[in-house]
Amino acid sequence: MQINVNGENKECPTETSVSKLLESLDIDNRYVAVELNHKIVPRTQFNEKILQENDSLEIVTFVGGG
Amino acid sequence: MEDTVLKLGKYEFNSRLFVGTGKYQTFDIMKEALEASGAEVITVAVRRANIGGKPGESLLDHIDKDKYTILPNTAGCYSADEAVRTAFLAREMGISDLIKLEVLGDENTLLPDPVDTLKATEALVKEGFTVLVYTSDDPIAAKRLQDAGATSVMPAGAPIGSGQGILNPNNIRIILETLSVPIIVDAGVGTASDVTVAMELGCEGVLLNTGIALAKDPIKMARAMKLACESGRLAHLSGRIPKKLYANASSPLKDF
Repeated sequence: MQINVNGENKECPTETSVSKLLESLDIDNRYVAVELNHKIVPRTQFNEKILQENDSLEIVTFVGGG
Repeated sequence: MEDTVLKLGKYEFNSRLFVGTGKYQTFDIMKEALEASGAEVITVAVRRANIGGKPGESLLDHIDKDKYTILPNTAGCYSADEAVRTAFLAREMGISDLIKLEVLGDENTLLPDPVDTLKATEALVKEGFTVLVYTSDDPIAAKRLQDAGATSVMPAGAPIGSGQGILNPNNIRIILETLSVPIIVDAGVGTASDVTVAMELGCEGVLLNTGIALAKDPIKMARAMKLACESGRLAHLSGRIPKKLYANASSPLKDF
């Protein structure tokens, strides 16, 4: 199914959880925050939150800044 | 000389120099510079994670989180809504409820948008954030931000990254006289003496990034900034002599 991650269209299997998605994108889940359709997914729900067709995700992390 | 700790909400700090983590050539140089600065609070930005290609090294792997308090910023936000959203994302990372709120007006000046800065301050204070808010050196705007519940008000000495120093010390003085929350000069600091000027005026701290990160030798400059901060603070606490128009001899004028 199609999802959108950080502005890019991606193909992903059905029944993919947020955790699984992060893993498949090689993203270290310790230091990220995730928005699903403009709503924050609490870190504690990464495993259970299952993605749906056309979901839009924003995955952010900390970078250098002043 | 004994000094009190700097209190920001539930946090307490001995160092009054806050430093950023942006613009360093390597993580190693950054780490050494942070160490040399003696800072206990370091700022970071929130950005989209890299989802293409190889995973990059994470900034936080290079930062000792037991040693430093992380102060996420909302840099790059141009509206209250964006800044509030960024603050929530930053808090969700589970490292800090502090936020350096920055709502910018335009890309050339990077000056704060006063209306949206106030709106975002009100919203974030209501949501329980410890808000350290970046503002211009306008004393009235600063007062409004204090009234909205900001934990610290952080006037710019000069535009972000400009290295021009404290352009209007008189406004900073008025802010210091008018407000009761800790005032931290944020932005515009180019070299050590700029930090000293801010601290001598009575600011509770200075936040800077570019002045260290883009110096030819960031590690040396970090140490210079640390000394400058301590020096200015001590001078402030010591109570300087008043400026006079005429001379006042240091040696006795009487005969032997």
